[in-house]
Amino acid sequence: MSTAGTSTLQPKTNRIGLTVLDYRGGKTTLCAGCGHNAISERIIDAMFEMGIPPERVIKPSGIGCSSKSPAYFMRRSHSFNAVHGRMPSVTTGAVLANHKLMALGVSGDGDTASIGIGQFVHLMRRNLPVIYIIEDNGVYGLTKGQFSATADLGSKLKTGVINELPPIDTCAMAIELGATFVGRSFSGDKKQLHSMLKAAIAHRGTVMLDVVSPCVTFNDHEGSTKSYKYMKDHEEPLQDISFIPAFEEINVEYDSGTTVQVTMHDGSRLQLHKIEEDYDPTDRIRAITRLHEAREENVVLTGVFYVNPKAPTFIDVLNLTDEPLTTLPESMVRPGRDVLARAMAELQ
Amino acid sequence: MATTDVALPEASRQRERKRVVNNLSIQVATVNGSGSQSSNTVLLRSIFQMGVPVSGKNLFPSNIAGLPTWYTIRANKDGYIARKKEIDFLVAMNAETAQEDVMALSAGAAVLFDEPLNLGGLRPDLTFYSVPFDKLVAAVCPEAKLRKLVKNMVYVGVVAKLLEIDPAEVENAIRKQFASKAKAANLNLAAAKAGYDYAAASLTKQDPYCIQRMDKTKGKIIIDGNSAAALGSMFAGVTVVTWYPITPSSSLVESLIDYMKQYRITPDGKATFAIVQAEDELAAIGMVLGAGWAGARAMTATAGPGISLMAEFAGLSYYAEVPGVIWNIQRVGPSTGLPTRTSQGDLLSTAFLSHGDTKHILLIPSSVGECFTMAQDAFNLAEHFQTLVFMMSDLDLGMNNWMSDPFEYPTTPIERGKILSKEDLERMGGFERYKDVDGDGIGYRTLPGTDHPAAAYFARGSGHNEKSQYSERPDDYERNLERINKKFETARSFVPRPEVISTAKTEIGIIAYGTSHWGIVEARDQLRNEYGIETDYLRIRAYPFTREVHAFIEQHERIYVVEQNRDAQMLSLLKLDIKPELTSRLRSIAHVHGLPLDARSVTDELTSMEGR
Ligand SMILES: Cc1ncc(C[n+]2csc(CCOP(=O)(O)OP(=O)(O)O)c2C)c(N)n1
Ligand code: SF4
Ligand SMILES: [Mg+2]
Repeated sequence: MSTAGTSTLQPKTNRIGLTVLDYRGGKTTLCAGCGHNAISERIIDAMFEMGIPPERVIKPSGIGCSSKSPAYFMRRSHSFNAVHGRMPSVTTGAVLANHKLMALGVSGDGDTASIGIGQFVHLMRRNLPVIYIIEDNGVYGLTKGQFSATADLGSKLKTGVINELPPIDTCAMAIELGATFVGRSFSGDKKQLHSMLKAAIAHRGTVMLDVVSPCVTFNDHEGSTKSYKYMKDHEEPLQDISFIPAFEEINVEYDSGTTVQVTMHDGSRLQLHKIEEDYDPTDRIRAITRLHEAREENVVLTGVFYVNPKAPTFIDVLNLTDEPLTTLPESMVRPGRDVLARAMAELQ
Repeated sequence: MATTDVALPEASRQRERKRVVNNLSIQVATVNGSGSQSSNTVLLRSIFQMGVPVSGKNLFPSNIAGLPTWYTIRANKDGYIARKKEIDFLVAMNAETAQEDVMALSAGAAVLFDEPLNLGGLRPDLTFYSVPFDKLVAAVCPEAKLRKLVKNMVYVGVVAKLLEIDPAEVENAIRKQFASKAKAANLNLAAAKAGYDYAAASLTKQDPYCIQRMDKTKGKIIIDGNSAAALGSMFAGVTVVTWYPITPSSSLVESLIDYMKQYRITPDGKATFAIVQAEDELAAIGMVLGAGWAGARAMTATAGPGISLMAEFAGLSYYAEVPGVIWNIQRVGPSTGLPTRTSQGDLLSTAFLSHGDTKHILLIPSSVGECFTMAQDAFNLAEHFQTLVFMMSDLDLGMNNWMSDPFEYPTTPIERGKILSKEDLERMGGFERYKDVDGDGIGYRTLPGTDHPAAAYFARGSGHNEKSQYSERPDDYERNLERINKKFETARSFVPRPEVISTAKTEIGIIAYGTSHWGIVEARDQLRNEYGIETDYLRIRAYPFTREVHAFIEQHERIYVVEQNRDAQMLSLLKLDIKPELTSRLRSIAHVHGLPLDARSVTDELTSMEGR
């Protein structure tokens, strides 16, 4: 923290000397009150507080209002607004090319759970180090409000159309398939989302966050299960979350009876103060069961459902050089004359 | 022995007297999955080691085991390696097709058959040799379950004897084929010897064909196009490879995996590459785009159906200007039926792959040597022009064995194109991603991770201005589209130039590309020698067309565009590019049965179109 010794108040800087302004993006063109804007704000704060160099971050996205949002945060980071439902493959290619990049992929519920479900599923299996955020409003915002595959049974559109099909639970799927940090939050739950994002930044492996993010224009009315009001009435947090970054050398006492502490890959600590007795976020099977129960109970369970900071990532599996593939010199990517001569001799 | 009993017709007797040296095509008809691949390779190699130019073509079904498969080997002293229409020597091992195969032969051909097939009496105008393969193989292969595989090596021995191939070369070829498996090598050697000895003792040579030593293959290699492409890509410095299995492209990546594991691991055991089997072709190309955008040399390999799935991303790459290399190993259309047959049918769909105004750079190799060199061109061009480059190979080139001079070590360095570093940005203060600074249409790009506050830009589809800011303004869109087109125009003088033979002595030109080349080489000689028709020739090696292509069309009255698709796709592409008054000069010779192009078909059609 730096405050200059003058009377004018200097903006707060983070551990790499940047101000929060350095993490801002362009002016949003999304509707006023759109949940996606709140998520952008939380991303800005979390990245700022974690002191992540914006130049290290990439923001790939699919297509949708949600996928436009990378234009509205972190302008100093490279972005790639790709095609509908295919953010996972673009992200995978970019991270393989340069595994020193921190990938924050933004998608929508339509982008992920319908057209992109295939790529979503396979990204989760690989445990590639990425943060995958679904800005989940239960509808296709950008095409004017049709149901998406995360819409709950019985949810009603403005036009009166009722959703007759069961929703896809992206969190249960992600856990089942191999993602190593899975949670659900709500764009209106500032504190929870903030801590979760910071923990996500510290995690090494695939983070999948489903963030309920109301569409004020097409899905915020009476009868919608993704409205602000519905979430106020039905959100049920599993834990109170606090996050202590590795670079903050403070000791926070905790009671192991009421708190689960997870030490992240970089030494950060994620403290989950239990609201629910004996919920163990390292137990995959219990996590999936609990998600099913919540649906039966008609509540929207939020919090960190599952975390495993130790699983090998796709980068480990592929055994890549420490130097990113993008910057390997010619001498390392073009074998010598002897190699060609040997290959030719074998073919003679 | 059936053969010795058969009375030779007079014509055949005379042919016997007139020996045909180093000029024949052998067809081996077997059942898919019976291990005939190794035997055929050994036979091919034996002839190759005799110094005789040779080519091998596999005609196989879309099936793992049980359906008929044919392998043709052509040995030709003059170096013609196109498919030959007529079969001179048939090895009939497959009951299902034997009769039909025999009936299709021209008079004078020889047939070697498995005794139980009892083909001897089918036609009086052929020479028949009957061989009791099961008996011979049982004697050398005690393990019953291996006999089906080893049986095929017996015919190699018989053929070697009948065609006078040096048995020492057969042994060398077998040792090479089973280099790492001594036991298998010995077993196969015994089988080949059994065949050879049987032929020596029990068959009387009655056909005119034989192989005699020459020195035309000295120092040459034998390789399939896909392996050559893999080698080329490795030496081009590819770092990210994605794929989804599909014939005939799978072996390209499988061979690349082998090479990379062998030659692209650091001394401390780390991989200088990532190879990912993706969930489908959409993901495969998406990964290529992500990697290309982030600065890797990325590629994928596929065939028509995969190309179709890649269409949306191909358009994004065109507009967002992301480099990448896509190998299209072309085959016949949709998956059920003839996916294992060759074709040049994806030319138009690939050239304009995607939605909106889009056109792509295509490179078209004709030989394994070009698979190797053009791989390097492709990566350099992709990064130079910040766009996809499609490598238009085909099944014939990719999966068949071809003779070639050894590949030469790359002479051009890896060229990464216009990439700005942190230092560049410090000097310049900033940059505009999509601005045409140099007048060639190509902007400067930065790679994610470049440690400078002004390095980032926003990559997206159609709507952006020069600064890569979101824009829906018509003038921004139009200017951008024109600039991208300028890149394409610039590319005309960067892509590989055609091979041109222009004598100014004839009005007739032939244009062909890819594997059609080999049929044309031979057809031009046939036209000259048999009809006195002189032709000039231009082999296209890339799209967009270079000025040589235009000049060639201007210089000739009648131009035959020969290709392996129904709709005259190259001819259509040419029409879009040349002066309208010249379009009537172009005439199509199209060839669509899924077999590699042969010279005779071209000669016949061209002469008839010339009114001869
Ligand atoms: C291949 C393809 N099909 C359809 C569309 C049209 N489209 C644009 S955005 C969108 C849905 C976006 O929904 P979601 O991902 O939930 O994002 P939101 O706008 O709700 O944030 C669709 C169907 C498209 N862009 N591409
Ligand atoms: S339409 Fe809905 S999702 Fe799109 S910007 Fe408006 S509120 Fe947000
Ligand atoms: Mg949505």
